[in-house]
Amino acid sequence: MSVPTIRSKIWSEQAEADNPFAAAGCLCHGYDVYGDILGKASWIEYLYLLFRGERPTSKQAKLLEGLAIAVANQGPRDHSVNAAMNGGVSGSTYASCLMAALAVGAGQLGGAHEVYIAMEYWNRCGQNLELWKKELLSSEIPERADIWLPMEHPPGFDPHGASCATPVKQTLNYLSAASEGQALPWLVQHREELERVVDCPLTMTGVAAAALTDLGFTPPQGEMLYLLLRLPGAAVHALEQEELGWRRFPVFSYTLELQDDPGPKSAEINTL
Amino acid sequence: MKGPRLLLQTEGRLTTRMGAAFPGERVVFRGQDLHIDLADMDWMALYLYSITGRRFNEAELTALNALWKMTSYPEPRLWNNRVCALAGTARSTGVLAITAGMAVSEAGIYGRRASIRAIDFLVRTKKEIDRGAGLLECIKKELEQYRNIYGYGRPLTRGDERIPHLLKLIKALGFDKGAYVHLAFEVERLLLEGRWRLYMNFSALASAIAADMGLSPREYYLFMIPCFAAGMLPCFVEASEKPEGTFLPLACERIDYEGVARRSWT
Repeated sequence: MSVPTIRSKIWSEQAEADNPFAAAGCLCHGYDVYGDILGKASWIEYLYLLFRGERPTSKQAKLLEGLAIAVANQGPRDHSVNAAMNGGVSGSTYASCLMAALAVGAGQLGGAHEVYIAMEYWNRCGQNLELWKKELLSSEIPERADIWLPMEHPPGFDPHGASCATPVKQTLNYLSAASEGQALPWLVQHREELERVVDCPLTMTGVAAAALTDLGFTPPQGEMLYLLLRLPGAAVHALEQEELGWRRFPVFSYTLELQDDPGPKSAEINTL
Repeated sequence: MKGPRLLLQTEGRLTTRMGAAFPGERVVFRGQDLHIDLADMDWMALYLYSITGRRFNEAELTALNALWKMTSYPEPRLWNNRVCALAGTARSTGVLAITAGMAVSEAGIYGRRASIRAIDFLVRTKKEIDRGAGLLECIKKELEQYRNIYGYGRPLTRGDERIPHLLKLIKALGFDKGAYVHLAFEVERLLLEGRWRLYMNFSALASAIAADMGLSPREYYLFMIPCFAAGMLPCFVEASEKPEGTFLPLACERIDYEGVARRSWT
């Protein structure tokens, strides 16, 4: 009986002489992971290699590392991090905390699918300001229904923002200086104009989409990376809440207004 | 309202019509007391009520129950079930296994995207027909625009073994004469008469039944979320009971490498 094979352009293995199920050597895009990459490459360089199949230039590595730091932890107010904390505080499995962070952080408000959509905008509009204005202002609802609801705000911009937040501007300026691409420098130049067009400020997903575009990632790669790079913050805040315990985590202290409360009712209950 | 004002209005407080727990006292569930008003409901009825706020009758519940039952395949090679079996063989937990399995079931070629797209096609098409369009014209337009019609054609095989059983059931329950069920079969007839040769799959008939009961595409999508669960757990159970690591082990040589040749980092 022949066992089916798995095709891959990323990974190859050579088995140990005494065990066909243990790898003696692993190549990633042709590089020996444990005999060559380990000890020579940084984690960020290896991450880039995994996704793009080639080593990054030093500027590309610096850009990806800057992005990774910028999004690694958006703090306990962030929806995704907060989701993980709800797992941590109640003693849920650690995997479930990160699954919660992924599920919420996948969304279209500040999440990875917003990055995907914003990257599609970069692919369509490039550095054409008129095209950006047209695309951002068109609120066309897709004809076909989907698992994703239609976007409710321009991707990469904060519908609840007053002005562009300082960390967003700091990140944009730093990443732009590190970029060999065109998106980030163009965004620095045109940010305020784009914000006027959509009447809301640029947000971190917009910066991330431009950075990931400059690094040559596709929208699917960008979405995956944004999911991945945000997990450290979710993990540590979940662990912190576990340590603090559920009594210190707000649950019923939030005011809840039930708009259709039928009120207490009595029922005959036989308690044997 | 734009900017942070909307957030300021909702900071620290929730308004809801969906429900609340009054610990030690009662639970309100969409305007009803869970332990009194909804005491007669079984879980399936409650699940539908949770999504729609509506009560469904016994015949409807039987048909909708069948949609879940008929998609419960404990076949460990299927993508979502394999996730559960891998979780079992790797000695992960049951909840992690089934939630991961359900999450990957939101797939493009099967599962939830297929569900919502199938019912959405029927609903859009019926609207077009009610406005005077021809069905063949609608089919051609859909195929030109999207190159496929969800609910018709099936990966791996042409026929769908579930359809005769589902058809038998809905005939017995009297749901075979619904407008959407009729439309689903008409679409299949035209797809088979034309050059496309696409047979209806379970998703088209299931979504037609749901549409005839008044479920919107979004409600149907939500209703179908747990539909594979009963097929997933056996895969997890068995893989957990067998020696660890023995579910579909892969030897190193099973990786068919197609990438660049060996090279040096330095």
